[in-house]
This record gives sequence, C-alpha cells and structure tokens, in this order.
Amino acid sequence: MSSTDAEGYIAQEPDYLGAGHTVRSWLLTTDHKRIGILYLVTLLFFFLIGGAAATFIRLELATPPGDLVTADTYNRLFTLHGVIMVWFFLVPAVPSTLGNFLLPLAIGARDMAFPKLNLLSWYINLVGGLLALAALLLGGVDTGWTFYTPYSSLYSNSYVTLAALGVFIAGFSTIATGLNFIVTVHTQRCEGLTWMRLPLFVWALYATSMVIVLATPALAVALAMVVMERVFALGLFDPAQGGDPILFQHIFWFYSHPAVYIMILPGFGVVTEVLTCFSRRKVFGYEAMVFAILGIALFGFFVWGHHMFVSGQSAYASLIFSLLSFLIAIPSAIKVFNWSATLYGGHITFEASMLYALGFIGLFTLGGLTGLFLASVPIDVHMHDTYFVTAHFHYIMVGGMVSAFFAGLHFWWPKITGRMYSELWARLAALLMFLGFNFTFFPQFILGYMGMPRRYHSYPDEFEMWNVLSSAGAVILAVAYLMPFVYLGLSVYRGRRAGDNPWQARGLEWQTASPPPRENFGPLPVVTREPYDYHRSDEEPSAREGDLDFPNRSDTETR
Amino acid sequence: MPEALHEPFHDIGKQRSAEEAGIWIFLASEVIFFGGLFLGYAVYRLRLPEGYGAAMAETNLTLGIVNTALLLASSATMAFTVWVGREGLQRATVTGLIATLALGTAFLAVKGVEYYEDIRHHLIPGHPDFPVDVPGAEMFFSFYWAMTGLHGLHMAIGLGIIAWTVHAVRSDRIAWRETAHLHVVGLYWNLVDVVWIFLFPLLYLVGR
Ligand SMILES: [Cu+2]
Repeated sequence: MSSTDAEGYIAQEPDYLGAGHTVRSWLLTTDHKRIGILYLVTLLFFFLIGGAAATFIRLELATPPGDLVTADTYNRLFTLHGVIMVWFFLVPAVPSTLGNFLLPLAIGARDMAFPKLNLLSWYINLVGGLLALAALLLGGVDTGWTFYTPYSSLYSNSYVTLAALGVFIAGFSTIATGLNFIVTVHTQRCEGLTWMRLPLFVWALYATSMVIVLATPALAVALAMVVMERVFALGLFDPAQGGDPILFQHIFWFYSHPAVYIMILPGFGVVTEVLTCFSRRKVFGYEAMVFAILGIALFGFFVWGHHMFVSGQSAYASLIFSLLSFLIAIPSAIKVFNWSATLYGGHITFEASMLYALGFIGLFTLGGLTGLFLASVPIDVHMHDTYFVTAHFHYIMVGGMVSAFFAGLHFWWPKITGRMYSELWARLAALLMFLGFNFTFFPQFILGYMGMPRRYHSYPDEFEMWNVLSSAGAVILAVAYLMPFVYLGLSVYRGRRAGDNPWQARGLEWQTASPPPRENFGPLPVVTREPYDYHRSDEEPSAREGDLDFPNRSDTETR
Repeated sequence: MPEALHEPFHDIGKQRSAEEAGIWIFLASEVIFFGGLFLGYAVYRLRLPEGYGAAMAETNLTLGIVNTALLLASSATMAFTVWVGREGLQRATVTGLIATLALGTAFLAVKGVEYYEDIRHHLIPGHPDFPVDVPGAEMFFSFYWAMTGLHGLHMAIGLGIIAWTVHAVRSDRIAWRETAHLHVVGLYWNLVDVVWIFLFPLLYLVGR
C-alpha cells in the first residue's frame, strides 16, 4: 500500500507508466492499465492490417472490370478484412483496451479480480492473432469471415484450418476477459457503489461479458467442428453422409448475432459517459438504460435466424425470428431516445469526444433502422447478400462502434497518458470521420437497393457512379483514421499536462491522478451519491467552470 | 509458505468466493461448447434414427461401462480430495489427487484401447470398408469421434492440472489450504465427468 499525504494524494509515487521502463516490466505486468495499453497496441496493429485490406477492396471496386486483383485474390482480401476486423479489432476493441484500463478505476478498485488471468488473456489473443495472420500471409482464406460450410469444410483449398484455429484461440482470450470483468464487478466495487449506482459504462461491460461468456463457446464449437471435418474427414456437415450445412449456420449465428452486441454494447456505455459529461446533465432514465442494456444482451440470443431467411429454414421459424428481431429494436430505441433526452436542456459543448459520440448516435440510428428493413422477411429476400446488407452492418460496426471507440479514446486519453491532445485536430478528425463514413457507405445502400451483390470483384457499368463515390469516400475515411495516430502520438511527447479531471467529469476514474498510480487510488473512494451527478435533481444543469479549452492545472500537479 | 491472499483482495473469504465464481462462469461457457455437439447429435439422430441405431451396436459397451465406472470413481476421489483439502490434511489430499490421476489416466488408456479396436473395425466415417451400410451410421461415428475426442482432450488438460497440483500441494508451492484452488480443480473435473455421464448413454445405450 502506498503512503498518502494529508489530502489523500499518493505522495510522489510514480504513476503506472513510470513504474518500470524495461520491456520485461511491460510484458510481465499484471497491472490492468498496462495490459489495456498492450491490447491497444496489438489492436491498432490489426486495425491497420484490416484497413489495408479494405483499401485494396475499394481500389478494385473503383472501376467496373476486375482489373486490379483476380477474383480469387479478391475473395481472400475480403476474408482477411472481415476476419481481422471482427475478431481482432471490433470484438476486443472497447472491452480489452478501454474496459481493461477503466473498469477497476470506474468501480474504485485497485485491479481486476484475476490480474494474472488478465495478462494471460492478452497472450492468448496474441497467439490467436498470429495464427490467423500466418494463415493470411501463407496465402489467405477464401471463405469469407463466416466460414460457411460445406465450402469451408469440404472444398476450400485455402488455409481455413489455421485461420479457424486462430479465431478459436482468440475466443478463449475474450472468454477470459469476460469472466474477469464479471467477477471484478461482483467483488471489487468500492464502498457505497451499489448496483444502481454503477456508471452505465460498467453496466455495458458487465452485460457484454455475460454475452461473451455464453456465446463465444458456440463459435468455438462451430469452428472446431469445421476443423475436425477438414483434418479428420468427419462428415459433420457433409451432405453425402447425411450432414446438414445449415446446422453450421445455426451454431455460427447463435454466436455471431450476439457478437454484434458484444461489439456495440460497450460503445453504448462509452457514449453515455461522454454525452452526460459534455452536456453537464444527469443521464435521462438511468434504470431504463440499465434494463435496456440487459434486455438487449438477453434478446440478442434469440434472433440469430434472421441471417438465414433465404437458407431454407421453415417459414414459421423465419416469421418468429423476424418478430423477435423487431422486438429487440425497442430497447435499442429506448437508448437512443434517452440519449436525446439527456442532451435536452443540457449545457452542450462540442469537444472532439462529444463529436464522435454524437456521430455515433446518428450512424447507429441509421444502421439500426436499416436493420429493421432487413428484419422483415420479404425485404430481406430481396436485399439478401446485396450491398444493402454490407452498408447496414458497416453503419453499426464501423459508423457506430469505431466512432464510440474513438469517442472513448479521446475522452479518456488525458487519463491514460496524462496529456492533452490538440483539440482542433481532434475535432477536425471527428468531423472528417463522420463525413468520410457517410460518403463511403451511404452509396452502398443505394447500390444494394439497385441489386448489386456483395463479394464480387467486378460489376456492370451501371453501378459505377455509386462505387466511385464510395471509393472516394474511403480515401477521406482513411485520412480521418490516420489523423489520430499523428496528433495522439504527438500529444504523448508534447501535450499539455491534463490534470486529474480536465473535463470535470464525475466518474470515479477522474478522482485519481492522471496517469493513475499503480494502485489506482490512495485510500479507496467511498461513493455516497448517484452516478452522473452533474447537477442536483432539483436544479438545472450549469456550464462547466473555468476555461473550457485550457483545463486548470490540478492539485496533483502543483503538489 | 506462499501468500494466500492475492492482489487486489484483502479478505480471503471474498477471494475464495471470487475464485469459485470464476470457475462456475467458465463451466457455463463449457456447457455451451459441448451443447453445440449435443445439438448436432440430436438433430441428426432425429433425421437418421435407423443409422444411429445400427451404428451404436458397433460401439464397445463393455469398455464404455468400465470407463464410466472409472470416471465415477475418480469423481469420488476428487470430491474426497476437496473435502480433506479444506481440513488441511496434506497427505490425504495428495493421496486423493494421485488416486484421481490414476483413475483418469486409466480412463484414457481404456479409451485408447477402444479407439484402436474401432480403427481395426474400420469404424471411420468415409472409410471404404465402413461396416454398417445404413444412412446415418457414418454420421453417428462422426459424432462419436468428435465428442469422445473433445472430451478426452478436456480430460488430458484436467490430468495435467491435477499432476501439477500434486506437485504444488506436496511442496506447498501454493496456499492450497486457504485458497479455492482444490475446489476449482474439483469443479472442472466434475464437469468433465458430467459430460461423460451424458455421452455414455448417448453413444452406448439409448436405442441400442
Ligand atoms: Cu443478426
């Protein structure tokens, strides 16, 4: 335990970054904050690889004929893009980086319940990632990220086994993280932090962890069955032996639909924290938000059949899955309405993280509403496997989730590094991302509506204009994604000191130094109030004190 | 003596319950994992009942019964271990662990003999001399191999953990008296058992 001075600040103890400078001190750390940074590094690495594949895809599609890559290479490119982005970027994006860093801080704890397991999960993730990467470098996989049988199990001559094993192993890493989060929230909350006082970010991580633990093993068994079929020639999905390839789709989507919520729920949490802080408002309808999160996590398990309307499942099954998919829109809509109501009457300021968060709401709403189109059977039969579907899930995953990830990264960057980044460049990047994203993906809705199928490397001339627009937008988007690497990177060396709480936010993580000390807090905080107490419930919200752009140097710094 | 209490805990009771909660959550995910295989087995059994019945006659019931007995006995010795471990009896704990290790290894050895017999009888899906010519028979054996194989893998992992635990308890490398270590290992081992309790009737008995 560290010694503290009269005000409770940790006396001159180095922060978690200064606690050791050797490579060993990073690779063998059990500090959840350092593990979060390790995840951030590997995650950005995979993001760049997945992004590079997407660049080639948009480059090929800039002209109607297939003139850049062969059809076979194109298959491998979009598989690479999907596998890397889904399992090595989107799924771990918020939980493993921001979640790992912030969960103990947000509940007033000194670390995760199982610090060693936490480190182990990073290594497991690394092994899985390297296996998948090896498969992709050796020649790639051509099945698409969904690994549909019987193509993946019987016919594909690409490195399916290796890639599937990589994803299988990475799955255990997320299970370990989810398990750790659940136990941590149950056992490590500080005094006074009751369940109904938890920040919604923590609730979102908790619900995500539940989904991770209960859904990921279904993916594991589906992939294990494909691998066994390939390696040992067991005919588990082989029609010649009485097998049914559709069974694979059922098990796969039993994981992969909830996986959508694994990817988006943490984003909900991040956005709630950011919106309340920059509108200086209590969150509207806290309980409703909690139950919406839990409801989405639960109902997410019962809608997987909406991916299989044209796979030959019974019409009754399709109708029920369609109905359930419509119902899950209710809790999602509750969240969007409550965010809007939170903004209403608030003192809104447009910091970069707020811009990202507002962008999230817009893009997620559009993605969610087009999801309702696809949840209705007749429209899905028409739209299935067209660019409309591609656009829909990119609005959720990239527009929604990546915006939320960047919102969180910008919001907590001062806490993580102790430095402020250039607000001007950050706002510019946020606006550019919103613009570039819509520029890239909105034309794909139109292409899908016109009937352009996904996963082809060439297309008839009539689709050219919209594809050119989409590829041009992708250039803007790429610039917007690369900008934060520059100004966030520079801020580490040149940024102003952030102080403990530059945004005057109310979460517990802001009650300690930036960057936090190894033990997170001096004496552990005691919670006596509701979360998001930006104003008293009988008072109107008031503007933030002091200069908005130049946070005051805090007590910790002048000590 | 190693420190029983690990960061970030300050109360050994709380740490124990956290460790136990952790393994229960892991077991829940294991249940879903095996659930996928049971689902596949059930779907195909419903579609191809004759093939399943004919193929099941080819599995070795005697070895299946022997293995069930071995595994149930190992469950008992594991439960005994957890119980004496809580009392802090080192020699009894080590004995219980070694007995579990021996019974589990015997299970895998018997399973190996059974696999050898199966291969000798060409009970391999897709094999040109596959003995049963009823649609669905090969599917039954696909699941037979997949389910017993993955179950065996879980057993092997469990045996590795138990072997390490024998060493750790004997040399007091871990605080096995205070922490939930033995309880956690015991729960994992019992899950492996429970899976077999379902596999045995499904692969050897029902519809034979
Ligand atoms: Cu879905």
